[in-house]
Amino acid sequence: MTTDPLDRRRLLARIASGAAAGLLAGCDRLSNSTWFPRVLDRAEAVSETVQQTLVGRQALAREYSEADISRNFRPNGTTNPQDAAYQALAKNNFADWRLELTGLVEQPLHLSLAELRALPARTQITRHDCVEGWSCIGKWKGAPLGPLLDRARPRPEARYAVFYCADSMERTLDGEVKYYESLDLASAYHPQTILAYDMNDAPLPVPHGAPLRLRVERQLGYKMAKYLMRIELVRNFGTIGGGHGGYWEDQGYEWYAGI
Amino acid sequence: MNYEIGRRRFRHWIYRHSLLIRICHWINVVCMTVLLMSGLQIFNAHPALYWGDKSDFAAPILSLGAEQGASGRLVGVTSVFGHSFTTTGFLGVSAGPTGQIEARGFPSWSTIPGEQWLAMGRRWHFFFAWIFVINGALYLAYALVSGHIRRGLVPSRSDLRHIGRSIWDHLRLHFPKGEEAEGYNVLQRLAYLIVIFVLVPLLILAGLSMSPRIDAGFPWLPALFGGRQSARTIHFVCAFSLLAFTIIHLVMVLVSGVWNNLRSMVTGWYVLPNADKQHDD
Repeated sequence: MTTDPLDRRRLLARIASGAAAGLLAGCDRLSNSTWFPRVLDRAEAVSETVQQTLVGRQALAREYSEADISRNFRPNGTTNPQDAAYQALAKNNFADWRLELTGLVEQPLHLSLAELRALPARTQITRHDCVEGWSCIGKWKGAPLGPLLDRARPRPEARYAVFYCADSMERTLDGEVKYYESLDLASAYHPQTILAYDMNDAPLPVPHGAPLRLRVERQLGYKMAKYLMRIELVRNFGTIGGGHGGYWEDQGYEWYAGI
Repeated sequence: MNYEIGRRRFRHWIYRHSLLIRICHWINVVCMTVLLMSGLQIFNAHPALYWGDKSDFAAPILSLGAEQGASGRLVGVTSVFGHSFTTTGFLGVSAGPTGQIEARGFPSWSTIPGEQWLAMGRRWHFFFAWIFVINGALYLAYALVSGHIRRGLVPSRSDLRHIGRSIWDHLRLHFPKGEEAEGYNVLQRLAYLIVIFVLVPLLILAGLSMSPRIDAGFPWLPALFGGRQSARTIHFVCAFSLLAFTIIHLVMVLVSGVWNNLRSMVTGWYVLPNADKQHDD
């Protein structure tokens, strides 16, 4: 080889920077394609299967002590629903609010806040992990979801619980898109899955989902729907909302949400 | 071996890298690039690091923030252990993919995707994390069974005794020639061993510690790092340590004969640098 090494170095640098720019543009094109994200999604099922095998369905999330509670627990997403119906309920301190438990059940339920508070309760101090990356620790008290489902007697074909919320996330031509989420029944029956009405020994404040929010401690924050209005048991959630089982799932976030 | 008449110069070819190691290497290049860039995308969703289990928003270890400057323009402010620096254009505030100046931790050219798109960044990251782990496991199994680790990477006692000389040689960019260049030198061996057995395992475990489902099954794992937010910080530090390793690796590839090194990682064949010549290539 007799070429001037400087020339070659310049050529190499040009190849490298060209490749880098091409790589970036290529990745963005892949992200916006329909087929490539579907390939990437294969990993979600693998992660879920492996994690469930390793961890087991009944394992409990760590519970912390009073001293660990965050002084400043950041509320995220909707912090004060502007919906008129919600504002009216809030004005009356949620005295007229009722939780509906419907769908594939033998015995639909309508429960007031007082009725929920009269049920056996579970208190847990747990870490809330936001998909954005931060964590806060809070104390939650509420009614475990499992016994409530048992009271409503799920039909054998029921596979998912869908949680409908009071807060509108956006306005589209079809009307308002409200927040919603879903869990499979195994997660719904997990002992730490509770419908929380107290946070840090006080009634759940509006920024954190008053009067009732879901707590599923082994998944990310967006699974834990706030401002709960109705729980529906369904066979599948493909026809609900955008069909992915939740508001954020419809925006491309994982339904599993265990990572 | 061939002989070039008139130049009194032997070309001594050795088969340096086996096929499997070469394939693993290039898959690793793709994985590490995508993982770093999609990782920066994920980091940008909350560009701050903390210590412990929870986030003390008032006292991050590191934050890449944006503030409104006096003229109303956005100013990028990087804070490390309470010390703030203006880093507009690079960290905290920089041009997005459309050229619009915006608040973003790391710049658009360093993230996958270029725009702020957490959900898509996560999908890239978790997919390529699996490829990275499977590829790494394959490499490790092969390297252990074939003796590559034992013979090629573990330094001998005399290697370690002469480590001072090796450091001095590297600083002067004097690299082993002739037979001495057949295997890795002591600094290479130690660097590769630290990456393979310390940095990458730490990075993977710290990454797993951020999964709330994993934490439910293995609560000792985040505890090992001092909590989930500490694990996130360590994941970040390991990623940048790997980036530093890669930059040094690339510089060494460039200064110690780029075509020879590249050829050997593509075809396996490496020409031993001549002992009587400073730069073979």
